[in-house]
Amino acid sequence: MVFARGARAKEQFDWPLFLAVVSIAIIGVVNLYSATSPYIDDPRRAGLADMYVQQVYWLVIGGLLGTLAAVIDYRALERFAYVLYGIGIASLVLVLALASDIRGSSRWIELGRFAFQPSEFMKLFVVLAVARKLADDPRTEARTLVDLVPAALLFLLPAVLVMVQPDFGTSMVYAACALTMLGLARLRRSSLVMFVMGMIPIAWGMWHFGLREYQKGRILSFLDPEADRTGTGWHALQSRTAIGNGGLWGEGFREGTQNQFGFLPDQFSDFPFSVFAEDWGFVGCLALLALYAFVCAWAINIASLAKDRFGAAVAVGVGATFFWHTIFNIGMTLGVLPVVGITLPLFSYGGSSTLTTLVGFGLLMNVSLRR
Amino acid sequence: MKLFVQRSDVGEFRRRYHVMLLAILVAFAILTIRLAQLQIAQAQSHRAQARRNIVGRVTLATTRGVIRDSLGRVLAANRPSYDIYAVPAVVDMDETWPRAVQLMGLGAAEAKEFKARILDIRAQDGKRKLQQTLLKVDVSRDVVASLETHAAELPGIDVVPTPVRYYPYGQVGAHVLGYMREIDAESLARHDGQNYRAGDRLGAVGVERRWESYLRGQRGWQKVVRGQNRRAQRTGLGELYLEEPRRLEPIPGRDISLTLDIELQKAILREMRGQLAGAVVVVDVRTGRLLAALSKPGFDPNVLSGEQGKQAIRDAFRRLSRDPLKPLLDKTTSAVYPPGSTYKPFSALAALSDGLIDPSAEVDCKGGYEFGRRYFRCTGVHRKVNLHEAIVQSCNTYFYALGELIHIDQLAKVGMDFGFGVKTGIGVNPEARGRMPTRAWYARRYRGDGFRGGFTLLSAIGQGATTVTVLQLALAYAALANDGTLYQPQVVRSIETSSGTTVQDFPPRVRSLIDVDPAHLALIKDALRGVVQDSDGTAYSEANEDVDMAGKTGTAQVSHVTPRSVDPKRVWYFNRDHAWFAGYAPALAPEIAIVVLIEHGGGGGKNAAPVAMRVVDAWQKLNKRRLAARGADPSRKEGANL
Repeated sequence: MVFARGARAKEQFDWPLFLAVVSIAIIGVVNLYSATSPYIDDPRRAGLADMYVQQVYWLVIGGLLGTLAAVIDYRALERFAYVLYGIGIASLVLVLALASDIRGSSRWIELGRFAFQPSEFMKLFVVLAVARKLADDPRTEARTLVDLVPAALLFLLPAVLVMVQPDFGTSMVYAACALTMLGLARLRRSSLVMFVMGMIPIAWGMWHFGLREYQKGRILSFLDPEADRTGTGWHALQSRTAIGNGGLWGEGFREGTQNQFGFLPDQFSDFPFSVFAEDWGFVGCLALLALYAFVCAWAINIASLAKDRFGAAVAVGVGATFFWHTIFNIGMTLGVLPVVGITLPLFSYGGSSTLTTLVGFGLLMNVSLRR
Repeated sequence: MKLFVQRSDVGEFRRRYHVMLLAILVAFAILTIRLAQLQIAQAQSHRAQARRNIVGRVTLATTRGVIRDSLGRVLAANRPSYDIYAVPAVVDMDETWPRAVQLMGLGAAEAKEFKARILDIRAQDGKRKLQQTLLKVDVSRDVVASLETHAAELPGIDVVPTPVRYYPYGQVGAHVLGYMREIDAESLARHDGQNYRAGDRLGAVGVERRWESYLRGQRGWQKVVRGQNRRAQRTGLGELYLEEPRRLEPIPGRDISLTLDIELQKAILREMRGQLAGAVVVVDVRTGRLLAALSKPGFDPNVLSGEQGKQAIRDAFRRLSRDPLKPLLDKTTSAVYPPGSTYKPFSALAALSDGLIDPSAEVDCKGGYEFGRRYFRCTGVHRKVNLHEAIVQSCNTYFYALGELIHIDQLAKVGMDFGFGVKTGIGVNPEARGRMPTRAWYARRYRGDGFRGGFTLLSAIGQGATTVTVLQLALAYAALANDGTLYQPQVVRSIETSSGTTVQDFPPRVRSLIDVDPAHLALIKDALRGVVQDSDGTAYSEANEDVDMAGKTGTAQVSHVTPRSVDPKRVWYFNRDHAWFAGYAPALAPEIAIVVLIEHGGGGGKNAAPVAMRVVDAWQKLNKRRLAARGADPSRKEGANL
């Protein structure tokens, strides 16, 4: 039954979404090649120069998984939303239990040669679970904050688990994404005010008890980047120099000196946008931002055309994940937001993150196909 | 089917979509504005910063000037040398270290010691473990080559080039040449902004120190692209970013040619082999140029300059500074001695010029001279001696009688005419002035009226308060030999660029033409010839048939003040007289003046004179060989660097 509507799906295939995503992915791979090109010929880090090839593999696998996610009717996923969510939570607990230490934080589960990050896939499970909750709870009158508590718990639990790893960025993405979805629901005006007021003590509590020293350092150095030119502020400073160095037209492909001469740390994970901005300049960035903005807006468009609450909520959730990742990452490279390790979808190197993004787009396509 | 039950009511969500679209628009607009700010408004300053990031300056080392002797033989040059450092916090003791040990070719004991040192520093807190720690100095070129080939596998092991000053002749002429030392904080502050940095080496004593500003040279720099991008290196990508001027060439230090003859210097060292301590100076009587200057005991400037590492420097200084024979002292200019009988020619000239004595008048020497209530001893019983015989036989009694006639200020005046009591101006090592005592000096010394006639008697034989430096004596004898011209001594003959062009030449400089009656001089010179060539001369027994020279022996009594540092068992040595010989050669047509001082050597005739004879002999042979060789090959300079 699930595949019976294939013919119809063909007619409604979402070309704009597909083309936009494929464009970003191609630009992303090309940019990754530029980002890691300083390692070509470097015997000590030769493996890093082949990263873009690896990324192509991930994109292919992600494309297949995304197609699968698009083909299965999303209403089947609605049914298993909580089950998937439960599996996700279990794997997060497993990560903490194993706590194999990579770069000071334990985010990975190793399976033979591969290591994957459950917290990445959990983003989709949170989207599905919150969407299911919203779909299950249709109301005509405006809601109070109390009405949203069960849905809020759905993202708070994984957020706390990820925070412990510690991965502040990802738990922030859960929160931002879920809150955006909850924003779909009508809220009483007084509740909205209370919510905003309530955030203040929460932020205070987070600062004093929730954040680790290095995380605080990142935020402090964001507020005053000149104060710490060698430590945390260094990355932010070099990133801005790289972007500014691009100027209007850019230094040219593989010509950006900040990246080519090794002044951009984490240029393939956290700062690929800086590489792009240095190579292609303001003009290139404008085009790229337009693509990202289009995908975000298109996700809202798909949501607005969705037949049911679950589909709409999923579309908004996937769009929000994409949106927040983009804004946090580019904002961080531009120095308008603190440095938190959040990837730029389809630009940053990473298996788990690429698969998650593409499966997310599969879900989006799924909703788009069945409007 | 239940699975596809439509739960529509998407209406609740509808009203939010516009807000969300607006939020997307605003968020991306903010990013765009910020992007425009960085890439358009601030593009200039960011580009400048990016350039500063990749363009750096590296220092281009300069080479210190070479020092040569008068015939172009290299006395001080630079040898490339490489030291190995380790950064304790970086070295991987399991992976890197065994490989490093293998490549450095370390023995088991050495490897163990170094490893312990690294681990020790690593265990401590503080910055040291992040800094380079010296492991081994001056490793062989093979080791350098293999370490640099495998540099990528050896993080934390660094090879650092350190040019080392090299003195091919070792301790020959060391006091004149000097040595190099690492700059200290005080000198660094004094030379602030003058091309010096911490860790630099500069000349410590001798020519190395006095001519430092000429020898040193000027560092250069070159703009380079930092970072380890092989592609950029290969394609020259980075070259595009280097603005003009890209390079300031280093200026090599000036080369210096000395007046010394290193072969003569070697011969002197050879002839002084049997002596513990002393000094020898040979000057050209026609120019005042220093041909050789030995101060014994000496030191090896290679060790003091760091050839064997810092520990060796410390050990050497500890040993040298404790040695009662004072190896670090330049005994030719920085120390004073009573000249003893070598001073008698000048006493005689003083008396002659005042018309106080008749050269043919005789004094009866009965082994001493009674003056007041004191009895002044002679070296023997000379019976009746005139001036000639008194100098030839070194009769003190004659000069005591002379001393009774003469005013002490007249003795001092003539002495100072010959350059005693005044710095010679050689300008190498710190110079002692020596002393020509006068009435005024004694008045200051004994606060008022303490002068006694006996002082003049002692001054007349070069004892008492009279002191001279070896160099002063040599120059004074040169003035006797050349009939009255007192030269300023010279060590540096010329200054050249590294390519060999002479920048500055130093012609001989006359200090003064001494007002002396040629007839008187002839008398004295005749007597000085007699010392060596008359059968009753004090140096006759040591005369060498091949050597034609004139001169005067001296046996200077040492004041019996024993330095506290001296081992009581060795006090006898330090109470012995100094042995002197001062003279010139050839006797009738002098070319060189020579002074030999053997500290605590005993009698001058027996001990100092033979050394002087053999040195002059060596000088004659060198001259002969050189004359023979000159026709074939005009003197050519050796290469600058070894």
